[in-house]
Amino acid sequence: MNDASSNRTPKIKIRGLSKAFGDKVVLDNVNLDIFPGESVLVIGGSGSGKSVLLKCILGLLHPDSGSIEVDGEEVVGLMGEDLDRIRRKFGMLFQNAALFDSLTVWENVAFGLIQGQGRPRAEARKTALEKLAAVGLGEDVGSLMPAELSGGMRKRVGLARAIATEPEIIFFDEPTTGLDPIMGDVIDRLIVKCVKQLGATALSITHDMASARRISDRTAMLYRGNIIWVGPTAEIDRSDNPYVDQFINGRAEGPIQMQVRAL
Amino acid sequence: MPILQPIGRTFLSFLEATGRLTLFTVIALSHCVRPPFYPRLVVRQMIEIGYYSLPVVGLTAIFTGMVLALQSYTGFERFSAESAIPNVVVVSITRELGPVLAGLMVAGRVGASMAAEIGTMRVTEQIDALDTLATNPFKYLIAPRLIAGLTMLPILVLIADIIGVFGGYLVSTQKLDFNPATYLKNTRDFVEVQDVVSGLVKAAVFGFLVTLMGCYHGYNSRGGAQGVGTATTNAVVSASILILCFNYFITELFFAR
Ligand SMILES: Nc1ncnc2c1ncn2[C@@H]1O[C@H](COP(=O)(O)OP(=O)(O)OP(=O)(O)O)[C@@H](O)[C@H]1O
Ligand SMILES: [Mg+2]
Repeated sequence: MNDASSNRTPKIKIRGLSKAFGDKVVLDNVNLDIFPGESVLVIGGSGSGKSVLLKCILGLLHPDSGSIEVDGEEVVGLMGEDLDRIRRKFGMLFQNAALFDSLTVWENVAFGLIQGQGRPRAEARKTALEKLAAVGLGEDVGSLMPAELSGGMRKRVGLARAIATEPEIIFFDEPTTGLDPIMGDVIDRLIVKCVKQLGATALSITHDMASARRISDRTAMLYRGNIIWVGPTAEIDRSDNPYVDQFINGRAEGPIQMQVRAL
Repeated sequence: MPILQPIGRTFLSFLEATGRLTLFTVIALSHCVRPPFYPRLVVRQMIEIGYYSLPVVGLTAIFTGMVLALQSYTGFERFSAESAIPNVVVVSITRELGPVLAGLMVAGRVGASMAAEIGTMRVTEQIDALDTLATNPFKYLIAPRLIAGLTMLPILVLIADIIGVFGGYLVSTQKLDFNPATYLKNTRDFVEVQDVVSGLVKAAVFGFLVTLMGCYHGYNSRGGAQGVGTATTNAVVSASILILCFNYFITELFFAR
């Protein structure tokens, strides 16, 4: 699990994290370090618990056991003001965007600025429109309601909201799913820019291997509740791990058996 | 004893639900009194609960007042006690029917829509998103609704009292040949401060219960559209039952000797 960066203190340190829903074990003793300023990608089959992992770190789901440290501070079991203080470090793009449907698009993007940081509305609106422009959405879109947007537009608004407060740590849950290939590339560049220019730490989930190679420094593969492989994304083709090989090449035959029955 | 097992289990799950609701209430109340506050949201909820409930509460009140006068006339006529009608109307409206009927109507209107709105926010992860944006959902969603419910229902009930008494007056003077001046004088003479105050206290409690049930069931809804539907039903049913229960106990508190 350790690699060249092990001499630094991790931004996020996950140890022995387990989470089950009823009898269904989703995460089983997950260990992962994410270092400051790096972009880590989590890959894994659909339903393998990638989104659950992100929600555990954010304290949206309570793990059954294990420890999660952010900047050396234990966050499992944290509540109230303390948890809010930690959460101010984070930005999150939800898999289904999770826009507030009673607010306009720009109010969604400005939400963290106005409510979280107490900035004046006019100033927050200006920042929100800048972030919207960065994800390719014009000022006219800013005054629409989320229900009036297409799926890909919603995703980009969610992305703009996640980066609007310029957080230290940003989680992207499938940022490019549902976008056309060109916009996908634009978003990938935006993510890289956030990490490189703002010095943010990023944890992303994607199924798109081309996008994965563009946005991440390291990749971790989640399988059956465990991180079975971690390594630099550049070396993912030489992982010598049959599970990883099968996954990144998208083959139906291999050690990973999908629970399907032929028609 | 296999027969004791289901009883025990039901009892335990009842205790668990009660505990969860109590905890929810305590947390919600603590956020009502601690800053930051969201005055814009409180005002929006006040308009939603108070202003938009006026037509339905007003209609309920006027017809209730009218039917009260008519019914008590047919009853009291037999004992030549028609002069008690203003008394019956004003006391029943201010003490019981005003707050209870307004509470039930608001439970159907406001409690249901709160449960549906918050429930939808829960199942579409909007509440999670609020959390990640370091905004407490109790402060942002629940406290403004509770405050609005607590303050607007007494105002609604006060208006309903007036409209209800007016309904009785209308039927008595137009249909039952009462003298308008005497009717009003009798109404004024009979009504006591305690009647109105007990009704307004009830209204505040009912407003709190309705919004609490709407928020609680919405906040804890699970699953998709079906879960939201269940939450909405539960919010209305539980609020209605609680209103009728609390109505009895508040009455006992005020009037039992
Ligand atoms: N709130 C919940 N209650 C019960 N089970 C849940 C809940 N959230 C997730 N799960 C279960 O946990 C498992 C992992 O879910 P998760 O959303 O993390 O998958 P994922 O890896 O993000 O998949 P995808 O790539 O399709 O988004 C799923 O099998 C799901 O059924
Ligand atoms: Mg997911």
